[in-house]
Amino acid sequence: MPTYVNPDKCDGCKALDKPACAYICPNDLMVLDLAMGKAFNQEPDQCWECYACVKTCPQSAIAMRGYADVMPLGASLTPLRGTESIMWTVQFRDQRVKRFKYPIRSTAWGSIEPFEGAPEPDSATLKDPHLCAEEAWLGVDKLPVPSGRM
Amino acid sequence: MNQPEVEVVETDLLILGGGMAGCGAAFEAGYWGRAHGLRTTIVEKAAVERSGAVAMGLSAINCYMGMRWGENQPEDFVRYVRQDLMGLCREDLVYDIARHVDSSVHMFEKWGLPIFKTEDGHYKREGRWQIMIHGESFKPIVAEAAKKAIGPENVYERIFVSDLLKDPSTGHISGAVGFSVRDHKVYVFKARAVISSAGGATGVFRPHAVGEGLGRIWYAPWNTGSAYSLMIKAGATMTQMEHRLVVTRFKDGYGPVGMWFLLFKGKVRNAYGELYEDTQAKALDDFPPYGQTRPIPTPLRNHQMLLDRAQGKGPHYMRTDDALQALTQGLDPKAIRAIESDAWEDFLDMTMSQALLWASNNIDPAVQPSELTLTEPYLMGSHSAATGAWVSGPEDLAPEGYFWGYNRMTTVPGLFAAGDGVGASAHKFSSGSYTEGRLAAKAAMAFIADNPDRPGVDGEAVNQLVETLFAPYRVFEDNQGSSTKPDINPNYFYPKQGLLRLQKLMDEYVAGLGANYITNEPTLLRGLDLLESLKQDMAKVAARDRHELLRCWELWDRIRCAEAHARHILYRKETRWPGYYYRGDYPQLDDQNWKVFVNSRYREESGDWEMETQPHHSIVA
Repeated sequence: MPTYVNPDKCDGCKALDKPACAYICPNDLMVLDLAMGKAFNQEPDQCWECYACVKTCPQSAIAMRGYADVMPLGASLTPLRGTESIMWTVQFRDQRVKRFKYPIRSTAWGSIEPFEGAPEPDSATLKDPHLCAEEAWLGVDKLPVPSGRM
Repeated sequence: MNQPEVEVVETDLLILGGGMAGCGAAFEAGYWGRAHGLRTTIVEKAAVERSGAVAMGLSAINCYMGMRWGENQPEDFVRYVRQDLMGLCREDLVYDIARHVDSSVHMFEKWGLPIFKTEDGHYKREGRWQIMIHGESFKPIVAEAAKKAIGPENVYERIFVSDLLKDPSTGHISGAVGFSVRDHKVYVFKARAVISSAGGATGVFRPHAVGEGLGRIWYAPWNTGSAYSLMIKAGATMTQMEHRLVVTRFKDGYGPVGMWFLLFKGKVRNAYGELYEDTQAKALDDFPPYGQTRPIPTPLRNHQMLLDRAQGKGPHYMRTDDALQALTQGLDPKAIRAIESDAWEDFLDMTMSQALLWASNNIDPAVQPSELTLTEPYLMGSHSAATGAWVSGPEDLAPEGYFWGYNRMTTVPGLFAAGDGVGASAHKFSSGSYTEGRLAAKAAMAFIADNPDRPGVDGEAVNQLVETLFAPYRVFEDNQGSSTKPDINPNYFYPKQGLLRLQKLMDEYVAGLGANYITNEPTLLRGLDLLESLKQDMAKVAARDRHELLRCWELWDRIRCAEAHARHILYRKETRWPGYYYRGDYPQLDDQNWKVFVNSRYREESGDWEMETQPHHSIVA
């Protein structure tokens, strides 16, 4: 189901330097209609329904309508993504509703220090098979080699 | 058309594609680069935060040994992969992934990826190799680490790379050229080593849905085969390009089945309640010794389902109803709710459309079963498939003939590959692709340290490439007046029209799903003829805007992958992977003559393809 944009909610991300959906779409689909000042999906049949734009839209203006050639109408699937968890509301065609909540991240956004605790890189080891800080991260004392070798 | 602005970026290591492999490469390169003051640059056609196959999220990490708990050893993994690939894999590459992969997964957890745990604190297993994650934000987490590792100023987004550059005198790789998908601008990246970590190829074959649902395929539709196309054009030797992946998935949404098979012990029954592995059990005997060994290889399971379907026994259903009823029997409502939540999360983390499809069809998996189907073929090197570059193995593992100086380096000096880009090394998945990026990056840094002279860039070649890049604009501008209806013009076609033409011919002639995955030599030769005329007509592909220009070059990538695929299938005179494709003229598996790798090299100057075989060496008994 390709994305569609609710014209009453989309404000074209006027407050941002670029529209959030156009920034994030992995397939270059979401663009701004300059005359309307609102976003739309310029190539719906290349939409994977990955929900990247739906999750990131600051106005919750983007939703999905099931692929016209595949899906019966009337259902909806709506995420609400926070910093630690995501809540999904599944509404069935027959109006039943289910809700699910899942964690998405156990640390603060922006908190990663990629080389924290890693020793200073030693150029003398550039050609050995050990990767960055593997002695700390691998979980076993020795990098394995097949039995019968070395 | 105005002349585009040209920006030249000088770097040391250039990473093409910011998916899992590219992010792993950035992390590792950032670390080793610090010791030598080397700059690493990553180029991505979308936004690294949500790019590549993991953009949507994942519900499981399918490659994790658990060596610290003694769960699996790399040898076990090599035996498993070799069996699933019907005997053929580069065991040195597979072993190398397995011995390193745990360290990557442990870092993911530290960075904030939530992983399911058992009561004793181990990662919760979905299957022998798979662990369960809350992976909605897997890619943004990994992207955050990658950007910090190399510095955000070295991340170039919304740039489509079309060509690699080589030093005209030494043949060393020296950079890449691409265009901005946002501005009228060309980028020339000058580098001392390059890693091709872009995506495998979808959209080469016609999928089940050809209307609005054209993009609802199993693997990411933005993976258009750049990883292969760039290396093919640069003259790198490719391997296993005849291999492919056809997966059995929930019909129409292509949601994952792993959890249902492995964790929930779900069974697939045909419309008459029979298990197809029982009704078609004898078919395994046609492909010894792989048919008699367990687990049954993925292609052979496909083969059994195809036979069952051909006997009129479909549809085939994943009996989610039976599985959930058995699992929840006697449990309290809270425990039942937890299982239901896990079942839905499998889709909601990574294939939301499948959840929507359930809702659209009023399917409650605890009450009704769900149809399964087989997909169209994909070319990839990261999942259970093995197309990609022929690369050097690691020095301490590679048998003779499999090592030429630097781990994961292709046959072009200075050009490395990772993830979908590396052939004959399947079952890497997200974690293994990330790990392979790390391996390639460390080796590339060693290559750079050993080759202090900056390779040359041929300015005239760059100018020609820039000229070619924007040709589709000119085709449109020069010819738009020759028809009253823009869509029907004798002098040009749009990339979408070209894509549908490619998909039709590949489906019909190169063993697509419409041909029941069957082809033979005469059919392949006819397909190659049609492909040749499509290549000639690509001089008439037209672009009306930047988005369409992107699609023109993505189509070229897919066409190059398609040709490599067809030529390799033509060369391998046996049926090695029934259920993926069948050579109708050579229906048997032939270990005596064909337990070898098929390699190819494309010559851009002449348009010729050189084919050869390479022996298979085992390093694990």
